[in-house]
Amino acid sequence: MDRSVAGRIGTTLPKLDVPVQDDPPKNLLRESLEMPELSESEIVRYLTQISTFNFSIDHNFYPLGSCTMKYNPKVNDDIAALPGFSEIHPLQEESTVQGALKLMHHLQNILADITGMAGTSLAPMAGAEGELAGMLMTRAYHQRNGDTKRTKILVPDSAHGTNPASAVMAGFEVISLNTDSKGNTDIEALKYVLSDEIAGFMLTQPSTLGLFDTNILEVVNMVRDVGGIIYGDGANLNALVGKLKPGDLGFDILHSNLHKTFTQPHGGGGPGAGAVMVSERILPFLPTPVIDRQIDKSNSEFYSFTRPEHTIGKMGAFHGNFGALVRAYAYIRTLGKQGVPKVSEDAVINANYIRTQLKGIYDLPYDRTCMHEVVFSARNLKRDYGVTALDVSKRLIDYGIHPPTMYFPLIVEEALMIEPTETESKETIDEFIDIMKKIAQEAEDDPGLLKEAPHNTPNTRLDEALAAREPDLRWNK
Amino acid sequence: MSADQNTDLKFTSPYTPNTKNDRAEMLKAIGVKTVDDLFRDIPENYLNPELKIPDAISEMELVQEMEELAGLNAVPGDYASFLGSGAYRHFIPSIVNRLALRSEFMTCYTPYQPEVSQGTLQAHFEFQSMVCQLTGMDVANAGMYDGSTALSEAVLMACRVTKKSAINVLDSVSPQYKEVLKTFLDAPGIKMDSLKDGMASSNESHACLIVQQPNYFGYFEDLTTLSDDIHKAGGLLIVLTDPISLGMYKTPADYGADIVVAEGQSLGISTSYGGPYVGLFACKQDYIRQMPGRIVGRTKDTNGETGYVLTLQTREQHIRRDRATSNICTSVGLIALMSTIYMISQGKQGLKHIANLCYQKAHYAAAQINDIQGYSVNLDRPFFKEFVISCPISPAKINKRLLSKKIIGGIDVSSQIKNGMLVCITETNSRQEIDSLVTALREISAEIGSDEK
Repeated sequence: MDRSVAGRIGTTLPKLDVPVQDDPPKNLLRESLEMPELSESEIVRYLTQISTFNFSIDHNFYPLGSCTMKYNPKVNDDIAALPGFSEIHPLQEESTVQGALKLMHHLQNILADITGMAGTSLAPMAGAEGELAGMLMTRAYHQRNGDTKRTKILVPDSAHGTNPASAVMAGFEVISLNTDSKGNTDIEALKYVLSDEIAGFMLTQPSTLGLFDTNILEVVNMVRDVGGIIYGDGANLNALVGKLKPGDLGFDILHSNLHKTFTQPHGGGGPGAGAVMVSERILPFLPTPVIDRQIDKSNSEFYSFTRPEHTIGKMGAFHGNFGALVRAYAYIRTLGKQGVPKVSEDAVINANYIRTQLKGIYDLPYDRTCMHEVVFSARNLKRDYGVTALDVSKRLIDYGIHPPTMYFPLIVEEALMIEPTETESKETIDEFIDIMKKIAQEAEDDPGLLKEAPHNTPNTRLDEALAAREPDLRWNK
Repeated sequence: MSADQNTDLKFTSPYTPNTKNDRAEMLKAIGVKTVDDLFRDIPENYLNPELKIPDAISEMELVQEMEELAGLNAVPGDYASFLGSGAYRHFIPSIVNRLALRSEFMTCYTPYQPEVSQGTLQAHFEFQSMVCQLTGMDVANAGMYDGSTALSEAVLMACRVTKKSAINVLDSVSPQYKEVLKTFLDAPGIKMDSLKDGMASSNESHACLIVQQPNYFGYFEDLTTLSDDIHKAGGLLIVLTDPISLGMYKTPADYGADIVVAEGQSLGISTSYGGPYVGLFACKQDYIRQMPGRIVGRTKDTNGETGYVLTLQTREQHIRRDRATSNICTSVGLIALMSTIYMISQGKQGLKHIANLCYQKAHYAAAQINDIQGYSVNLDRPFFKEFVISCPISPAKINKRLLSKKIIGGIDVSSQIKNGMLVCITETNSRQEIDSLVTALREISAEIGSDEK
């Protein structure tokens, strides 16, 4: 902060309204504290100005694959800010927070119904923490059964990086599993690695290729037959809500990124919420707390915390990211049972519409019906004109659209992963398709235009190598 | 078969713009007849399950229903509240939410595309810088989920740095945080020893010693001795601190801390029933490549202009997968931004002033309560804004009576301290509130006296 001027203040505080007490021991006190000194108007201008350097979903289309950048209803922010939700303290007695507990209890039930599971814990504070909870429950389940030789977890090569990282944090060894030429789990490879040392399979459905595994029932049965747990990564749940309950297929554990599917705004990298839903046999291992409902003799209801019998423990200091839970609940209430299936249907229609309209212009490594997202490859443009997925992405910025996810999944060369979501209109999607076609044409006519993109942002392309080589991570004073 | 067998086409939602006509046109362009033709990869028997969730409601009904639920909660503010223990009420200047709730900050993704994310990146750079200024440490990351997971990740990091697999925890560390530690440390087989006040000391097996300063009960630990103890044993000192206390007290770095973590909620974040909050995580320069979480760095663009990017990403899960320093991905960017605005707004003078208000009021309250017949407070040991009242009867019983007087009392810590009630006083507690607590405690003491007669 190089704008400070000594003596300026950004806000005011009340005067001391109690008699002055004895000074604290001198040896405990710090000598100086160098923090910003700015007036309120300067702070507002500084932050307002830098905010305009951001692209946001409220600004325009954000087809960022695997991130489910859907529109976030404004009313939900107002609701989460109601003093009855935002001002309550996490350690208040249960009798004084019945509204909060009731909401959480309803949300537990709703999420269990949508996913076809027996119970829910809302404790994990993000998707990756939900994954960790899932892996710890897998471990606890086997240990409870005295099954201690299960030390390995299967993770497809298309999986998000969080999957192997979470499995390792839970003490497992990761076995990477190939994807076959159609984008399904490679059954032969699976047969080869299955054994009584397998604790479970971390399965993202649809996969990060945007494809639903047509071998799913066979995969589930094979893993369960050797005693393994099916863990579902719910990152792509937006393709399935209301259309399929993963629990019906035999999934034992599923996490849901409530900030993706159920509209907690992304906030430049969180907060999130990573609720975990489980089958009957995993219920005793859920992270604590779980909210319970009792009816007393006078027929009035009371909501309270319970601690599952063999719980893996607490995932955070309190009860999860309540603010995100309020938004998720509000969103599902607004859609209701009529609207929830429409979410996945429109998400899947939008993605397939893009797939069919851009096919032939960009390479389509897995040419089949996709779910909520479609993965193209820019390898044809690279081969013919030396233009990469990065160049196409940066050029999209010039047209006012956020780039897709690039270079992921890792198994697709020059990947461009596009997830439109259900909250985009046909007109927006049509415009995007036109722009993508135009960019492909530009790659042929004037590749330099793409190489130098973006042209109208506060910064041109940034030197990431320099940043990593000579870390400059703070201002000093 | 209808075109949309599972969907009530009369239903429209403001969040799904595709009309019946749009859908028909798009399905035609795709080359399928029905929407379910797009779901053929799903085994047919499982498609279109029955949902038991409630019917859709309008925005107006939603607001009414949610206001009703919110109305069932007792809101501190309507009550005089003395709860702390890891979540604190502090005054939040208007600009914190007004700025953070701007669409540009609120509805953007993690800044993986730096050219269109300079706002978030620059704000995170400010955050990292001010966390360093406050804690006295060299480097900080852009935030963890909360203080407790920041602490757990700090322990995992200390074990990586020292290549040891046991840790030492001072027993005055928050019991909630110790529970979270247990969740994170069981699986990798990290052994947790407990260091009671001066009873034992750190040994060579310990990767680190965790000290909470001020401790869970509000009191200051002798960090100089504890720091020597763990450093002589070859381990790292992890300090869990309260950022508000750092407005006036010495930094953990002054005592030689290697890693500093904190709950950042008190920096402008509402208590929101426990989350979302933000964990602060800072350490010495030597350990930056072992840090978990996102880090923003300053660099140059192709025109030589200054800009910001996510950096040192080879530590992270999306690059390093099973060998990453942590699995953390989506964290709490927006909350870190809120605390950034808070820190800028309070600034050099405000942070000191708030710390002083908390100190003065807490000490005023402690002295008043200590004077009541039957109650006592240890006034000899230095404390900041929290302290423990030794009550004449169980704090649970007292809290019940306080609640009927519109007062939310402190946390019952009687499992650690006999009839102990842990209370917290911040600048939001007026003298009137404090005096009403003192009066109520005196009345309750008298009531018990007469009940017993």
